[in-house]
Amino acid sequence: MLDISTWFNDLLAGNTIFTADTLGYYWEGLVTTTQLVFLSLVAGLIIAVPLAIMRSSKHKWISLPIYFYTYVFRGTPLLIQLYIIYYGVVFIDGIQDTFLWPVLREAFYPALIAFTLNTAAYTTEIFRGAIKATAQGEIEAARAYGMSPRLMMRRIILPSAFRRALPAYGNEVIFMLHASAIASVVTLMDLTGAARFVYARYYAPFEAFLFVAAIYLCLTFAILFFFRYLEKKLLAHLNP
Amino acid sequence: MIDLQGYGPRLIEGAGVTIQLAVLSLILAIILGLLTATAKMSRNWFLRRTATVYTTLIRGVPDLVLMMLLFFGGQIGVNAISDMLYYNYDIDIYINFNAFAAGVLTIGFIFGAYMGETFRGAFMAVDNGQIEAGKAYGMSSSLVFRRIRFPQMMRHALPGLSNNWMVLLKTTALVSVIGLTDMVRVAAEASRATHEPFTFLIPVAVAYLLIASVSEWIFARLQKRYDIGFGGQ
Repeated sequence: MLDISTWFNDLLAGNTIFTADTLGYYWEGLVTTTQLVFLSLVAGLIIAVPLAIMRSSKHKWISLPIYFYTYVFRGTPLLIQLYIIYYGVVFIDGIQDTFLWPVLREAFYPALIAFTLNTAAYTTEIFRGAIKATAQGEIEAARAYGMSPRLMMRRIILPSAFRRALPAYGNEVIFMLHASAIASVVTLMDLTGAARFVYARYYAPFEAFLFVAAIYLCLTFAILFFFRYLEKKLLAHLNP
Repeated sequence: MIDLQGYGPRLIEGAGVTIQLAVLSLILAIILGLLTATAKMSRNWFLRRTATVYTTLIRGVPDLVLMMLLFFGGQIGVNAISDMLYYNYDIDIYINFNAFAAGVLTIGFIFGAYMGETFRGAFMAVDNGQIEAGKAYGMSSSLVFRRIRFPQMMRHALPGLSNNWMVLLKTTALVSVIGLTDMVRVAAEASRATHEPFTFLIPVAVAYLLIASVSEWIFARLQKRYDIGFGGQ
């Protein structure tokens, strides 16, 4: 027992890695990761709702292109998508002369675009599943009330589909948080980027990566509890 | 045809690395998953707790961070062990920490946690009467496992297994970051060297889609095989 406590004291006394300086890097990394994940999730959600409605359309020429999009983005690694956007955006003809260039030149925005398109594809499929699972009776009831398809979508199908999609969407949020670690590959200083920097500077892989793993774990649990709380509130009517 | 500027053979080699890595990690993940599922259902408190901690920790941390931890930390850890062996027992060995092995170990270790959950659910879906019937026939518990529990469990596990495999396949792309020359790394290098990213990255993306489609077909056939005797459910 004594052995462990002296070991622990030595560990903290000899601590040269977790100084205010390095903790600052981790903090900036946390900010970047949070921004990246939050913005891509919001943008992805906004794109996914109309796409999911189109994907559930009876008309093949509306649903098939959306299916192709989700198939490609769900079937290939996010890293490839990021590379294609990050390296590829430079080669769009004339892009360097447009007002978009200062924005796209930094690594943050290509990463944001890649993450948004990726999460939108997954979210579209989650919502499509939820829309498809709408009880037939509800749709018939809406029709019997004389609702137009648009009104029915807005008042009946979407609200209940969002609730059904909640558990799967919570998983997608956690998946996105973990996938965002890839941003460090294109020189972004997100949480993982900060850990790589600290590792390279002090040659201390265990300290650098275990610390960042602990931060990710806390974030994951926070998201998990948030969605559990939401489910409890929004799905309360389903409990016996 | 697209001009791969001499990178063609290296891309194919890279695809080979990707497939080997994926298949070997899958095998490791299945073994770990079966062990985890067994531990989670065991009556031993310690085993149950260990398995829960393993699946929770692994699923809470990004794959890339775990991969870097094992890859960058691995060599230091291995060196520490061989130093310890040398000073204490005078055994002189040098273990080279291989990037491919690190990749297989990490991916297998990560997906072992996901497989554990899949298998646990599948094992619980097997009717208890079946196991009792096996015992009544005087089968040993390992024979019950081999002839009754495993084949019936697979039927329920296959959809989850196929899902995990698709995610695993895409996760292998991350090894390019820690220095393994899989097809993603070759394509990224070629893009940087030739300034033609689309020429290399899009074929690699198509290769992933192709592997995914082939495995989908294989899983559909497996599902058919394990569904035999269940009235085409």
